[in-house]
Amino acid sequence: MSKIIASAAIRGAHAIARRVEQKYAGVLKKYGPAREIGFPNTAYYLPIIYAMLGIPVRTLGDCQLVFQKSRTLLPQLVAEHTHLPYLAPALDAGMATLFYEEIEQALRYLEEPDFYLPGEDVSDEAIWLGAANDIILRKRGVEFVDGTAPGFAAILGAAPDSEIAAKLAQELQTKNLYVFMAGENKGRQFSKQLVEAGVQIGWNTRLVSFGPDTSATVFALGFAVRAAMAFGAVKPGDFRRNLIYNKDRIFAFVLALGPVTDEWYANAAGAINFGFPVISDTDIPQILPTGICTYEHVVSSVPYDQMVSKAVEVRGLKVTMTEVPIPVAYGPAFEGERVRGDDIYLEAGGGRTAMVEYSVLKNMNEVEDGKIEVVGPDIGDIKAGSKLPLAIFVEFAGRQMQEDFLPILERQIHHLINYAQGLMHIGQRDISWLRVAKQSVDKGFSLKHIGSILHTMFHKDFGTIFDKVQITLHTNEPAVKAILQEARDAFKKRDLRIANMTDETENIFYSCTLCQSFAPSHVCVVTPERTGLCGAYNWLDCKASNEINPTGPNQPIEKGETLDDMLGSWAGVNAFVKQHSRGKVEEVSAYSIMRNPMTSCGCFECIAAVLDKCNGIMVVDRDHAGETPSGMKFTTLAGSVGGGAVTPGFIGHSKHYIGSKKFLKAEGGISRLVWMPKRLKDELSEKINEQGSRLGVENLADRIADETIGITQDEILPFLKEKKHPALELEAIV
Amino acid sequence: MAEKIKPEAVKNACEATQFMVAAAREQGIETIFDRAAVMKPCPIGAEGICCKNCAMGPCRVTPPKGDEPAKTGLCGATAETIAARNFARMVAAGSAAHSDHARGVAEVFLSAAQGEIPGYGVKDEQKLLQLAMDFGLDADTMDIKEIAVEVGRRCVAQFGQQEGELVFTKRAPLKRQELWRKLNLMPRGVDREIVELMHRTHIGVDQDYKNLTAQAGRAAIADGWGGSMISTELQDILFGTPVPVTGKINLGVLKEDQVNIIVHGHDPLMSEMVVVACQDPEMITLAASKGAKGLNLAGMCCTASEILLRHGIPVAGNFLQQELAIVTGVVDAMVIDVQCEMQALHRVSQCFHTRLITTSPKAKIHGCKHIEFNEHDPINTAKQIVMEAIEAYPNRKGKGVIPDIRQDMVVGFSHETITYLLGGAFRASYRPLNDNIIGGRIRGIAGVVGCNNARVGHDEGNLRLIKELIKNDVIVLTTGCSAMACGKEGLLVPEAAARYCGAGLAEVCETVGIPPVLHMGSCVDNSRILMAATAVVKEGGLGDDISDLPAAGAAPEWMSEKAISIGHYFVASGVYTVFGVTFPTSGSKIFQEYLFNELENEWGGKWDFALDPDEMARKMIDHIDKKRKALGIDKARERVLFDMAMRRDLEAV
Repeated sequence: MSKIIASAAIRGAHAIARRVEQKYAGVLKKYGPAREIGFPNTAYYLPIIYAMLGIPVRTLGDCQLVFQKSRTLLPQLVAEHTHLPYLAPALDAGMATLFYEEIEQALRYLEEPDFYLPGEDVSDEAIWLGAANDIILRKRGVEFVDGTAPGFAAILGAAPDSEIAAKLAQELQTKNLYVFMAGENKGRQFSKQLVEAGVQIGWNTRLVSFGPDTSATVFALGFAVRAAMAFGAVKPGDFRRNLIYNKDRIFAFVLALGPVTDEWYANAAGAINFGFPVISDTDIPQILPTGICTYEHVVSSVPYDQMVSKAVEVRGLKVTMTEVPIPVAYGPAFEGERVRGDDIYLEAGGGRTAMVEYSVLKNMNEVEDGKIEVVGPDIGDIKAGSKLPLAIFVEFAGRQMQEDFLPILERQIHHLINYAQGLMHIGQRDISWLRVAKQSVDKGFSLKHIGSILHTMFHKDFGTIFDKVQITLHTNEPAVKAILQEARDAFKKRDLRIANMTDETENIFYSCTLCQSFAPSHVCVVTPERTGLCGAYNWLDCKASNEINPTGPNQPIEKGETLDDMLGSWAGVNAFVKQHSRGKVEEVSAYSIMRNPMTSCGCFECIAAVLDKCNGIMVVDRDHAGETPSGMKFTTLAGSVGGGAVTPGFIGHSKHYIGSKKFLKAEGGISRLVWMPKRLKDELSEKINEQGSRLGVENLADRIADETIGITQDEILPFLKEKKHPALELEAIV
Repeated sequence: MAEKIKPEAVKNACEATQFMVAAAREQGIETIFDRAAVMKPCPIGAEGICCKNCAMGPCRVTPPKGDEPAKTGLCGATAETIAARNFARMVAAGSAAHSDHARGVAEVFLSAAQGEIPGYGVKDEQKLLQLAMDFGLDADTMDIKEIAVEVGRRCVAQFGQQEGELVFTKRAPLKRQELWRKLNLMPRGVDREIVELMHRTHIGVDQDYKNLTAQAGRAAIADGWGGSMISTELQDILFGTPVPVTGKINLGVLKEDQVNIIVHGHDPLMSEMVVVACQDPEMITLAASKGAKGLNLAGMCCTASEILLRHGIPVAGNFLQQELAIVTGVVDAMVIDVQCEMQALHRVSQCFHTRLITTSPKAKIHGCKHIEFNEHDPINTAKQIVMEAIEAYPNRKGKGVIPDIRQDMVVGFSHETITYLLGGAFRASYRPLNDNIIGGRIRGIAGVVGCNNARVGHDEGNLRLIKELIKNDVIVLTTGCSAMACGKEGLLVPEAAARYCGAGLAEVCETVGIPPVLHMGSCVDNSRILMAATAVVKEGGLGDDISDLPAAGAAPEWMSEKAISIGHYFVASGVYTVFGVTFPTSGSKIFQEYLFNELENEWGGKWDFALDPDEMARKMIDHIDKKRKALGIDKARERVLFDMAMRRDLEAV
């Protein structure tokens, strides 16, 4: 009975429109049309309105145009008999609803600036997170792009009790989905139910408490439309491409928990425009024929224990999970959990005790696959709140296995351990730090399970490059110290070997097209001296990935004839990029920002931009929210760089690339770098100075301006002159 | 042909018709239904084997009996040549009718664009820009008026174009265009193809039935993808592209206490202005002064559809009800333009006070009042007509007999509107239709169009066929008198889905909120069906030509030459097309075999005939199933679950 749904959605949309227009009239009277409004730290204004209508809402006055458009979308109510077709009008009403609600939320940001928390975390007093800023969008966007998060569940309402809420949330988490929560059901909210059940919520655990009102669903959809603009190069106003992009690539759905009101229907109709189906726990009419969504549109009366699997099936999503034989839940959603204070049962490393993670390559007959041993006291032998030294020693064997892959496998230990519920892991190698929560110990977790995790997950992800793995966990001080010493020697040798690999010494580069799920024309070319722009994939990672999956997203590229070694231009690379960008990009230069700069998906850690007046280049990383001398914040810059577009004068890159000899070599290398955020400069100062000296400039880091010097070119130019910044002596960049 | 219609078996499906035929008989007024009972069709002419193309004939080449050699005409023309020539001339006449109508529209459009016609202007700018694109105009550098003038000029030029290809043929699927070029079916200009066809059917010219069929195809394409499409598009720009509206149909829309005016025919140019004139306060006051409670405008035939779809004006009925409307005694004026107006109207109107007014210089009726439609001053012509009706109102003889039969309907499904209805303003596309065809909820698409024919029960063939189709989950697109039959029967309301359809189609109709039978307009608007079929092809997943689609066409109650032209352009566009009542080539086995079978190998579409509507439905459904099988969608579709690698392999949209 779609008629009931369409009628209700249209009624709901009218009610929302009346409410918001009324609210707006009051606010307008109070502040006047020139008053600025918007969501915090975003280049996408009110993102749904911007994406669909192309209207950048900057002020209260700008809302008028949106209202005008929305009113034309609001259809007549559905007649009882001989009604006119209602699907399209209901979908339009849904869209108008989202426009109205986005404005309503912007009004709240204006009227109650402290209602929503900034950033990713909830506090003990407040839990509503509101609109995700662009930093969160890009950071989390990477997970959507690489598949660590295949989609999101937008939850509207609340479960019958907090236990069911917690179960649903955990099931969604173990399927790696983000959970975006809004609205209420009989005064209860899903987010609050989770807090009651003792579940950690916030962006870090993928349980995002957007807001208490139904209209907070716009934050979920606002995230989705921005993903299309940031990663898919969809232009604002190109509503059709944006919505189809969402239907095809963002695997989201709505879980409606509780009696569905007219306003819920209106929001659901909005979501269906995106191809996001609605799964409901109550007995509402269903809409099963396909079309706007890939499969069914509305499925109802689904029992709670089947809800998540039903939703995943209806959305057409394949989630592959590996069963890890441990007594706690496991998956990327638990990576961001924190273990603090009284919750800590065991702590290791982090400066408190010695801790190291180290792997070695052995002969086949020296390793017994699946052997896990804890040498020294395990969790059962110690009291809550104890500290232990810890060495995680991993031995690999296999015909395909190479020494070069060890650092890659070792680096996985961090997130593999972190994926376990109630475990917190920071750092790697000899600077790692582990906490195990009491709650996990209560469920029976012991150190031996860390071995189980590593054994299972190494086999799952890297099974094609090794045959056997055994893990030993040492908790006796002398043994830990001995391994630490051996490991440090090995780390030094490995680092040296990687440092000696250059773009000239290697004939094979690697592609990374992992992001083509989101940015279909983008191709990363990863060379020994230029890591992937996300910072997550270096040349060795790609090499290993190619061994693991020879037809996967990392393919070897014969670099072929060198066309220009200053630009970093090779015939083989160009041919590859042309083919794999589906003809969109014909030539790339690995070392230039001006001539055929490489494209970006949207996951870049940093953006470099030309500063013409300073004859130099600035770099800003995605954690820096402030203005930059380019006249744009990171988020705005990102808009012009992402989505596979070639934009001379701008380039997306990794942090690591800044310290590379090949950093924008065509434009004069690091000597061109005139501005960067102070925090980033401090983090990289050693490498900057090292590369500076190589080019004959001492203390380069001190000559580079930052936000404390100025955020316009005019402000920083005197500083550069005073410090005799080398860029001022170089030939004109433009 | 073995099957023949027995006159005594004719039973009208339309209740209002039954009622009024009885009323007419009671008053001693003869109507088409009485004439049909006493005058049989000429058996030789009906089979297409009477040749009167020269004064040595008419030659009647009846099929040989026993071992007799096949007969030929005096000139030696074989039965297949004669049947093909007669058939081709029907196509020429039909194509000419649509296209001459279209030329009139194009000329008025051009005058309106030049600002010469008060009251006419551009109502659908979007469509004008689409046409500008079709004609390759640089719309960015021109204002709307300039675009309209240039589009008007180019449309007018399409008729007399001598070389090249008609512009709208480029809207067809690419594969179809290539086929037309390869088979020499691509029309050069509208008039040229019709003139050439008339030349080739003259004595002693083209005497190869296959070659004649091809030129008839070219003239038919010049209708469907030429004249008719020009007409539809320009009428939409001038008067608005139809969107869903509610309306009422059947003789019960006539009102006892109001001035009833019926506009009847095919051309919206004048009727649009009658709509305006009927709302004029001056006219309403005038009517009141004569004791009438208002002005009640209703339409008949395709003129009715034009103003129904754009303004919700009620429809009095379809072709076979034209005399009956006058017999009600409450029609104060019937205004006619062109096509399908029976001369008998004059005689029937003489029995009443009804003023029968012809308006087109192309269509006068001897003895009948003529008020010529002045296309440069349409509103005053319209007012003059309305005043005639008002003046006639006091002359009514008694209360009249109005059958208390009328039915609600939802109409106005232009192919653009269907796109919108399937996804809303932001996701408009044919995807849901294609998806549900692929998924099997909808088995296929049928275009059921055409006339009424007094040789069979009024509306019966249309209704039985269409009910059978929708019962079998075939969605029906309809136009013309066929659409009106559906309207009267209650098939054009959304509630019909649950009542008449198979579960799959009912579910889709319920989702979208549409009736299972979509009224797309008048008979020139069959061009909309071509565009809808093309849109389905272009949406993807159902082959790359119209002939790949699980679709079929039918005209179960056809009678006019326009229907043959329509049928032939459907076939030439790749559609399996079945006609009812009679088939005008049945006297030549060879030619009929060519149309009914061999043609499919060349054109992808073919003709067929079925007297019985259920048989017709079966043939269409079999064809649809055959196409489903060829597409590999005859089995249940598997649910595909996507992982990241599959998402990476997706092409950018």
